[in-house]
Amino acid sequence: MAAILQARGLNKNFGAVTAAADINVEVERDTVVGLIGSNGAGKTTFLNMVTGYLKPTSGTIRFEDRDITSLSPRQITRLGICRSFQIPQLFGTLSVFDNLRVGVGIVASSGGKWAGGVDLSEGADEAVERMLERFGLGEYRDRAAGLLPEGVRKLLDIAMAMVVKPRILLLDEPTSGVSAEEKFKIMDMVMEAVRAEGVTVLFVEHDMEIVNRYTHRILAFYEGRIIADGDPAAVLNDPEVRKYVIGEALHLSRGEARAES
Amino acid sequence: MSRDRTVNVLTVMLVVLLASGPFLPRWAMFLSTVSLCYGTVVLGMMLLMRTGLVSFGHGLYYCLGAYAAGTLQPFFGITEMSIMIGAAVAVTGAVSALLALLLRKYRDIFFAMLSLAFSMILYGLLVKTSALGSTDGFNVTAETLFGVRIAGTAYERYLIFAVTAFLAWICAMGMLRYLGSHRGRLAEAVRDNELRVEYMGASVANTIHVNYVVSAMLAGLGGSLMAISVGHIDPEMAYWTTSGEFVFITILAGTGNVLAPFLGAAIFETIRSFAYEYSPNTWQMALGITMLLVIMFLPGGLWSLFARTRKAG
Amino acid sequence: MSQLLAVLIDGLIYASWLFIIAVGLTLIYGVMKILNIAHGSLYSLGAYAAASLAGYWFSQGYFDATVAHFGPGYEAIAIVASYGVMALAAVLVGLVAGPLIERGILRFMYGKDEIVLVLVTYALFLILEDMIKLVWGVDPYFLYQPYGLLGSFDIGDLTYPNYNLLLFAVAVIIGAVLAWVLARTRQGKILLAVIHDREMAAAQGINVGLVYFVTFTVGAMLGALGGALTAPMISVQPGIGAETIVLAFAVVVIGGLGSLPGAALAAILVGLVRAAAVHYRPELDLFSVYLVMAIVLIARPKGLFSTQEVRKI
Repeated sequence: MAAILQARGLNKNFGAVTAAADINVEVERDTVVGLIGSNGAGKTTFLNMVTGYLKPTSGTIRFEDRDITSLSPRQITRLGICRSFQIPQLFGTLSVFDNLRVGVGIVASSGGKWAGGVDLSEGADEAVERMLERFGLGEYRDRAAGLLPEGVRKLLDIAMAMVVKPRILLLDEPTSGVSAEEKFKIMDMVMEAVRAEGVTVLFVEHDMEIVNRYTHRILAFYEGRIIADGDPAAVLNDPEVRKYVIGEALHLSRGEARAES
Repeated sequence: MSRDRTVNVLTVMLVVLLASGPFLPRWAMFLSTVSLCYGTVVLGMMLLMRTGLVSFGHGLYYCLGAYAAGTLQPFFGITEMSIMIGAAVAVTGAVSALLALLLRKYRDIFFAMLSLAFSMILYGLLVKTSALGSTDGFNVTAETLFGVRIAGTAYERYLIFAVTAFLAWICAMGMLRYLGSHRGRLAEAVRDNELRVEYMGASVANTIHVNYVVSAMLAGLGGSLMAISVGHIDPEMAYWTTSGEFVFITILAGTGNVLAPFLGAAIFETIRSFAYEYSPNTWQMALGITMLLVIMFLPGGLWSLFARTRKAG
Repeated sequence: MSQLLAVLIDGLIYASWLFIIAVGLTLIYGVMKILNIAHGSLYSLGAYAAASLAGYWFSQGYFDATVAHFGPGYEAIAIVASYGVMALAAVLVGLVAGPLIERGILRFMYGKDEIVLVLVTYALFLILEDMIKLVWGVDPYFLYQPYGLLGSFDIGDLTYPNYNLLLFAVAVIIGAVLAWVLARTRQGKILLAVIHDREMAAAQGINVGLVYFVTFTVGAMLGALGGALTAPMISVQPGIGAETIVLAFAVVVIGGLGSLPGAALAAILVGLVRAAAVHYRPELDLFSVYLVMAIVLIARPKGLFSTQEVRKI
């Protein structure tokens, strides 16, 4: 099967710090890939390089048949690679409706150059209403985005990435800072939307339960390298992964629990 | 206020202005004309402020528009009103398109200060240009309108007033349409979160550039209309305190509706003309206190007050 | 050659003046992140207060009485006393207006956007300008005496009043004292901590409110001192604040907002450029200042001495 996204020999250095070392990944269409690793392992750096926020020191990134290594975030978005953010990036003074309406407007005014494109047959406002419904945001429709509870902010942030109909969706810790009940609700909604639209997903996540439940494949990062790549069960049982990633994650969560008690 | 309703109000206002014009006393007609000129400039400032930018140098385009219209007579012998206005809009459009290439990289105070520098450059040039009357400026007359002689006729004042009202109406209608368009909606998105705008596939630089040029052309148009109505222009139009007045009215009026700039300008000009007569040494103080009160208690400007009572009633 | 020398001397004199009027502005911005338009009014207040107080000193014959009292050979005492009266006027203005503005208005505005704070100080500027008119009227005041007290020096065929040397000395002393306070004293360390990170400083037990209060009062005093020292060289009248504040803006923006060495360097740069313009191309006088401002902002968007911030996702 043809890869939709392909990274070859990606390296990224910040001065003496290596944030990515020889990353080679091929992602197949319509799969859901989880990116795990402790903080500073290179997951977000990888995401930032794919979306053009960071330029790799060396290596190439291809989307379908196109080299996107040197493109800007905007150009990459317009090709159909969209992202959400660990800290939701919303239009704080605009209503939830208008937050999504902006995205629909951008697609609608871009003419034929847009890769994904929203179904505008019933008008832009209608497309937004459908999106509100799909993500269960209807009750917040007219509220200012800056005043929403955290879980809703996360959801809106993801919906804003989805509204422009991505081919690839990149999620940066979609459930961080969200309550235990809410995190499955969010992921279920996202996955349902993704299946309906036919989108390939890469997501960074610290919560192993989430990763295990929703992915087809896991990439484990450690010190800028990928130390394991495969189906979830295999990766999560890999001794190196247990030692460097999950062990630390467990350690980390225990440490946090201690700090709280 | 809904869009349809705003359209209705705008059109009714235009009709009322045009119909009542012939019966207005001279001072009232002048006051209305000047308010409409200022309102047109502030309409552009409103767009810029919606984009998250405050310019302390829009006097540049106000002055440039006035001088573009005014210098046609001494240099080319042209005194046709439509050409004077067209020249103002064209010149300010061209200059702003160029300066926007630089300015669109700046935000906040730095945008305000670089705008200020550009306007003061024009001021500095004009005060030393004796061919254009230096600090005194010179007189401007629109002799004809579409080839028909208006200067010195009985209906000269009314025609200038009517043209101003009509053009202000067109600008307000155009702005209303623009703000509701896909592109127009980006203004507030850029103000709130530039990063997200780029990650939704739209260009922040492009949005700022277009909105800046639109606002500059509106300032140029307002300046040329002012030049024709008042009949005199001077470099003070580019001075920073003039730009400050535009900022003031924008804050006072709020950015909630295209009617707000005209409401704000009318209030400002009315206070100015009366205060100037009765209390010339305290009217700025009244303005300053009003501004402080608006910033503290009415961040949405006077319009938000109006909109709120409307909703409540 | 003599012309070049004249440019150099004029430039340095002008630079001294620019530094004195800009230093308070950049200090206040550095600590409080407020670009204070009302600094122009504090400058005017200083000029008016000096013109009144020192004017009284001279017109009531206190100067002559002092000279007579100490006898020939001791005129220096009377001269120093005269300048002391001017300085006292500035200190009084700073002590009254500074706390009034900071405690009465500004402290309610902390935490708002920088650009909103600019608008607040613009409102204060409008208020103070009229207050000055109410107190002193609109007719000009002249305080010519102090300008001639120190005699003059000749370079080639040019004569310079020694008062200019006083300006230069004051500028150097202010710069040196501030640099010393910042680098060597406990108070300076506290100031730097607040500049670096306000919240962190507050968390460490620094009384940020007090730091703001003192900074603003000192800044106001420096603005007033600029006005007081300028009073003997100009006719003190409405509008001098508006004229001066844009020049001060140019200096602090060129130097990098909040940077003391930046303000010094920018003052010298602007001083020399303007002196050169005045001598070689007088028609470019004011224009040259803002051209420098625009060029520097274009080349280094945050001024000559600046720290770039990086945005993180």
